[in-house]
Amino acid sequence: MSLVKEHELHKRRRGRNIGVGLVLAAFIAIIFGLTVVKVTRGDFQMQQQQGVTDGN
Amino acid sequence: MSDASLHASPYENEAQFGDYFALLKPRVMTLVVFTAFVGLLAAPVGVHPFIGFCAVLFIAVGGGASGALNMWYDSDIDAVMKRTAKRPIPAGKVSRDEALAIGLTLSVFAVVFLGLATNWVAAGLLAFTIFFYVVIYTMWLKRLTPQNIVIGGAAGAFPPMIGWAAATGDISTASVLMFCLTFLWTPPHFWALALFVRMDYDNATVPMLTVTHGRRATRRHILVYTVLLAIFAIGLGFTQVGGPVYLGTSLLLNALFLKGAVQIARRDEAQAEADSYKVEKKFFKLSLLYLFAHFGAILVDAGLDRLGVWG
Repeated sequence: MSLVKEHELHKRRRGRNIGVGLVLAAFIAIIFGLTVVKVTRGDFQMQQQQGVTDGN
Repeated sequence: MSDASLHASPYENEAQFGDYFALLKPRVMTLVVFTAFVGLLAAPVGVHPFIGFCAVLFIAVGGGASGALNMWYDSDIDAVMKRTAKRPIPAGKVSRDEALAIGLTLSVFAVVFLGLATNWVAAGLLAFTIFFYVVIYTMWLKRLTPQNIVIGGAAGAFPPMIGWAAATGDISTASVLMFCLTFLWTPPHFWALALFVRMDYDNATVPMLTVTHGRRATRRHILVYTVLLAIFAIGLGFTQVGGPVYLGTSLLLNALFLKGAVQIARRDEAQAEADSYKVEKKFFKLSLLYLFAHFGAILVDAGLDRLGVWG
């Protein structure tokens, strides 16, 4: 018996594993996309301190 | 031991990815996605397309999570009804604990990420929707009152309001009326179906209006809710989301819907059985078009408004 022979269990779970993998990949893409949009729109820009702008 | 049992795989009944997805009630999710999308686009504040996409996605995930929690709690009654017996839990594919874990995790995920992507008013509304559907409807009132359809309809009516809040950060007359549109549409839509489809809610001891109050009372209820619906649906046309397309669509569809409801209220069971529930079936089909066309018209008016067609 070959070491690489696939058990029936692995065959049955392949679809489930691919599904979970795609969901995780989509999650990463969404978080990355949201971060890019928020950063480029300046949502995370720190407000300048009053003292600095006044030159004090 | 039989030959068949020797060859039966021990993994035969193991859940596939689709079984977990089925926990999220994908058919209900399509209505959630559509109405949330309309609420978001009809809002007077522009949203970045990617943020808008994420907002609708998180609202859909929140809706799906509440579906999973509903299946977790209702697995006992799902098992005894023909329509729901093949759902993942009664079918033995997914355990109740797994459904609970998926429902709770996705609920928290959807609310937190909607808050981070848009604002906390929208996130709060989504959290309330999940709470309302799971605790108020599923756990408390569904098995207690024949008005369960009305209460369940409220949970399904929140998505356009959440979409609106995701764009504007607040609640307005227009968004409340969009809520009322789905809320008041659900009872006549469902009760018309209950009149001509034999449902086995009795076996599950879920009180249905057709059984507890009779079919005559159900017919009267359909008319009352249709009149209320017409008032709110046409009223929505005079808010900021209304436009000529919406008003025209709403006036026409409400006239037809009212006509159907009056016919249903005037009929008795003998008449309905004689023509195989022709009027009730027609009314049910019209109800599907009614909701889709109302939200579609809001979308068209919003699009035309952005293109500057109405000046």
